[in-house]
Formats: sequence, C-alpha cells, structure tokens
Amino acid sequence: MKKMNSIAKLTLLSTLSIGALASTAHAQDLEITVTNLTQGIYFTPLAVSAHTSEISMFTLGQAASPELQAMAEGGDISGLVSLLSNADADVAENPAAGLLAPANSTTFELTNSDGNDYLSLTAMMLPTNDGFVGLNSWMIPEEAGTYTAFLNAYDAGTEANNELVTEGSGAPGVLGIPAAPGGMAGTGGTGVTTEESNQTIHIHRGNLGDDNATGGLSDANNTVHRWLNPVAKITIVVK
Amino acid sequence: MYKPNSLTNSAAKITFASITMLLLAGCPFDDDDDNDTDVIEMPMPEPPAEYSYQIEVTNLTNGQPMSPVAVVLHGDEQLWQVGMSSTNALEILAEGGDNSSFTSQEQVLAAASGDDILMPGNSTTISITTTDEMANHISIATMLVNTNDAFSGLTGLDLSSMAVDSSFSRNIGTYDAGTEANTEASGTIPGPADGGTGYSDVRDDIDVVAMHAGVVTADDGLSSSVLNQAHRFDNPTIRLTITRTK
Repeated sequence: MKKMNSIAKLTLLSTLSIGALASTAHAQDLEITVTNLTQGIYFTPLAVSAHTSEISMFTLGQAASPELQAMAEGGDISGLVSLLSNADADVAENPAAGLLAPANSTTFELTNSDGNDYLSLTAMMLPTNDGFVGLNSWMIPEEAGTYTAFLNAYDAGTEANNELVTEGSGAPGVLGIPAAPGGMAGTGGTGVTTEESNQTIHIHRGNLGDDNATGGLSDANNTVHRWLNPVAKITIVVK
Repeated sequence: MYKPNSLTNSAAKITFASITMLLLAGCPFDDDDDNDTDVIEMPMPEPPAEYSYQIEVTNLTNGQPMSPVAVVLHGDEQLWQVGMSSTNALEILAEGGDNSSFTSQEQVLAAASGDDILMPGNSTTISITTTDEMANHISIATMLVNTNDAFSGLTGLDLSSMAVDSSFSRNIGTYDAGTEANTEASGTIPGPADGGTGYSDVRDDIDVVAMHAGVVTADDGLSSSVLNQAHRFDNPTIRLTITRTK
C-alpha cells in the first residue's frame, strides 16, 4: 500500500491512463455518468476512484481525514487524489472539468486495474460549509451491464454550519461557505450556529437558509439552496 | 441402615428398563430386524442448531440521540406497516424510547437491546441468538428522541438464506408512528432538547405509520418548537450492518 508506483506518479495529471498502464487481465472499462439531482446545489470537482477493499475515501461515524476535510470545506481534491494514487487506486480527477451544476450530468471513462474492485466518489456541495456528495466503496460488478446508485449528502463534521458566504473560507479551518455559484444567496447573515455537534462524517441535515437577502441567520436562500436525499445519481456501465 | 434412596433408585431403574423395552418393541427405526444393539447405540438427538447474528447500528444524524436499539427475531411478519395503525408496543417505543413492550410482544421469539442511548456519530453492536428455526426474520427499531414519535428501523427482513459469516449493510430511513402530533412543543419530547413526556396513550395524530417528513424547528419558523436547526435530519438516519455469526 505504501509503495509509490512510479508510473502512477508520472501520470498523475492524466489520471485516466493509470488504469490502462497498470491493467491486468481483470481490468474493466467503466463508463460512468454522474447526475446532480438537486435544484440549486453545485458540485465542486469530482474525485472518483476505483480502489481495493483496504482503503476508503470516507467512513460514516468516523472523523474526516485532513484530505477529506480539504475537499468538503473548499472543494480541493488534490490531497485525496494523492492519497488514492499512492495507494495504487485508479482515479478520475475532475472529470466534469469544474462545477457540476444543478440537474446537469457528466460522463467519463475509468478503467479499474486488477484488485481495484470498489468505486468511490466525493465532491463538495455549494453553498454548504462542509457538505459533500459521496459514494462509499461500491463493489463493481464483474458482469457487464448498466448499474445505478443514488447518492446522499454527507456532512464532514469538521466545520459548524454557519451558512455564511465568506471569501477565503474554503481553506480548512476557516469558517464559512467559500462561494455560492448561481447567485441567489444573501449577505449579512448573523450565522446559523457556531457548533457542530456531530464531529464525525454523518448524513447532512440540510441547509436551513432564510428568506432575508441582506440579513437573517443564513446567507443561503431557503427556497433555492435546500435539498433532500438522494442528491446525485451515478450510472456505471461495465463493459 | 435403611436407605430410602436406594429403594427409590431401584424402582427408577426398573421403570427405566421397562420403558427401554417398550421403546425397543415399538421403535420405528429398528427396521433391519436385527437386534437390540442398533437401538441401544442410537445416537442422542443433536443439540438444536444455534442461529446468531451481530447487528451494528450507526447513528447518522447530527442532533438526534437514539433510544436503546431493539432487535427482535420472529416469523414471517411485519411488526409495523406504512398505512397501518401502530401497535401499542411500537407507540411506546416511538413516543418514549422504551423498547420493553416492543421486545416482549407476542410475535417475538428472541430479543436483544442496546445498552444505552446511541449518540450521533456513535455505533453500537448488538448480538442475538436463537435455536428456534422459526425465528428467521428480524426487526430493528430505535426512537429519534428529540422528536414526538419518529423512529428508524426495519421490520420483517428475511434472514433465512443468510450463510454463516456473511454480512450486509443497509441505510435506513425514518418513520413517523402516527400516534402523536408533531407539535415539537415544550413538554412533548422526551429527549434532551426538551425533557418532556415520552409515551402517552392518547393518539392525536393520523394513527397510521408513514415515512417521517423531518422536524421543522424554531429556527425554521415553527415558533412554538423546542427544537433548533441542529435537530433537523434527512434520511438515512441509521446504518445497519447485519452479520450472521453462527
């Protein structure tokens, strides 16, 4: 697990090719489509990986890793991608080339090498403090076919959900929502809370929001920036 | 010296011997018309097979402690159903977190309970064992204690085809018992957000089980609610991993 694959290191920037280079007789070609099912929430760059049963990108009821925290609070997936690549996972880094807007889809290819039989995905949800959409260690079927799964919204448990849009707050540990793509967010909120009672990864309770564009508790808009699970659909074609 | 016991013993011996002979005479297994030895060496009946399961439950909510998790085994039936009225046992669990009626209801063939309140982010593992072959369906239930009558769980899941050492996981949503109106009012919620009344035999809601719509809370405009934004939840609220260990 600790052994750095030098080929993988060299091809980090074109991560889709890692699987092909490391492929064996058991490699599978996957065509993956991710759909943002929400009406007003944006997904930051996706980190999608096929990996062994020995690792996972996140575990419910456990504290977030610093790498997961960086993704969930600021959309920065570089740490997660490094961890995964070092563990010889096959990674699709930012396949949507930026934000995945509400009700939009992205389709991409991923080839998983022998033993990387589990598929995971994360992306931060905006505008939230540390909310993310996740797929956790979904076992890739050996049989060719089309499979679907519905994904939930998680709270990394690393930041209080104050729901205030604050520039620069994407950095881990800086309180606030770094951005609200699509507009519609307010300003001047006083903050929903300063506490995070469950500091492990859990199901997100949703944005509270409010209807005050220049004040209130939250900068999120309570008619736009809410959701219920599931928040995403993933379709996997095993070829 | 007079020993009443030895008399009794001899009498018992004689009785035992005659029973054995009677058995020999009528034994249905003595089909090779051979002799007595087959029957005498007939193996004792094997001890009944044990069926053991481990149930790991994780509380996935932000601010909803959960009552001690009830785990019961029973035959092929549902202990609740959407659209049907809650049993009293379920009402007592869903309104007050007390699982004692739920685990002792008539259909239950084996029961176990979590030791304590299950806090958000925490997990608990509960073991349950039975020798009853009919006890091959499982139901699991726990109250979200900062609500009027919300509970999470599943009922009537068939375990009969589970192999030893196999396991599976499920994310589980939230039901409303339909027995208490979701007022969120002071004095009606037993959890730490209120410390109010748990179970009351009054049924002032729709009186059928349905999926729960979530709590509104004072922060979201229900001014009479004792709950705040931290108590809100979305599904799933628990994650279960069931492992057959025997």
